[in-house]
Amino acid sequence: MIKRLIPAVAVGALMVFGGYAALFIAPDESTMHAIQRIFYFHAPSGMVALMAFTICFIANIGYLVGRKPYWDWLAVAAAEVGVAFNMVVLITGPIWAKPAWGIWWAWDARLTSTLVLWLLYISFLLLRDLIADPDRRSMFSAIYGIFLFLDVPLVYFSIRIWRTQHPQPVILGGSGRLDPTMYKVFDLCILALTAVMVMLIRQRYQLERARYEVEELRIEAERQISAVGQA
Amino acid sequence: MNTARAATTILLKEVRAEFRARELLNTTFIFALVVVVMFSFAFDPTAAESRRFGPGLLWIALLFAGSLMLQPSFAREHANDTLDALCLAPVSPFAILLGKILANVIFLGACEVLLLPIFAVFYNVALIPVIGRLVFVLALGTFGLAVTGTVFSAVAAQARMRELLLPLLLLPVLVPLLLAAVEATAGLLSDTPELQTTWIELLAGFDVMFFTVSWLLSDFLLQE
Repeated sequence: MIKRLIPAVAVGALMVFGGYAALFIAPDESTMHAIQRIFYFHAPSGMVALMAFTICFIANIGYLVGRKPYWDWLAVAAAEVGVAFNMVVLITGPIWAKPAWGIWWAWDARLTSTLVLWLLYISFLLLRDLIADPDRRSMFSAIYGIFLFLDVPLVYFSIRIWRTQHPQPVILGGSGRLDPTMYKVFDLCILALTAVMVMLIRQRYQLERARYEVEELRIEAERQISAVGQA
Repeated sequence: MNTARAATTILLKEVRAEFRARELLNTTFIFALVVVVMFSFAFDPTAAESRRFGPGLLWIALLFAGSLMLQPSFAREHANDTLDALCLAPVSPFAILLGKILANVIFLGACEVLLLPIFAVFYNVALIPVIGRLVFVLALGTFGLAVTGTVFSAVAAQARMRELLLPLLLLPVLVPLLLAAVEATAGLLSDTPELQTTWIELLAGFDVMFFTVSWLLSDFLLQE
């Protein structure tokens, strides 16, 4: 119990410190003021989501190579956590955009790619829900997952050229030089959110393993019952 | 049997089956036509607008029609467990996949041949001056659609609700292909037609990458 509590408390403390730093330590941004502080969670969430999808991709390849069920547990855990962080990006984005741009949503390159990324991995999770047989689910979702991940750079690249060819409705304020404290707080938030991701993936992985074990027990029990019935 | 011969055999089998039943082509072509017509009702475009929307509409119709048409590609094999028989054949799984991909390229191509003249008339676009380059863009786009669609049809065939699932698996992945194909087509249909190399490169890159990955993963995809 203590062993499981310590990492959770540590991650929680890191998040609290990250939140405090983003709200109170980071200097005020000259044009956007307080609303800019959402960036400390918005952008790191996007990075963490990409990290989670990368873990999912590695797990997909691992499954195809080794056919061990734990790769599949890791893949589904990483995909779900990635989708969750991706949603944080999609929700915090419009919250920032409304006061800053005056509109909730713009078909800007980054927003659009993030949305497509979300759709891709939602399809991955849907596919998993709709395949009943566990071995086939692992195998075919791993194949689909590999295609998805390889599609991600194409999505980013194509949307970027597509957007630069069209009139851009809104342009982010030029990044210019940032205050060094801002960088530090930003890095702290990346660290904190990565820790949250690792913890969530670990939890989800254990849940998936427990499910698998229950399923194995159920199949074994059914086999024994039918053996008794035949005797 | 080597891969090329095996793939040709599968290709001929698919074409023969389709020629006998003639259900896939008819349905897909009419579906694409319905999309083209409905679009006109939904947006009521003027002559200038229809030239602007035309390329997007054409590709949306093709992608939707394709995502429905490619679904039976593997699902059909499940009905009588013929996929098991195919997999038992002493040929590489890639040959089976390749045969099906090529058959689907032919079916999609046939739909496009039927659809293009009607599209040109309805949306008042001059296709003849750019027909060679347009066929090139269509071929690249169709190949990418057929490769991903055929592979994902094998994935979706394993699941429940497979008819609904395939468009869901396929369309988000095709976002880069849609963008590149629409922009390349729009470049050809503009006042000063030109083949935009960036988009052609992207289309070709999409095709090469997905075809290579399909080849690498075909052993996993088709082992029962």
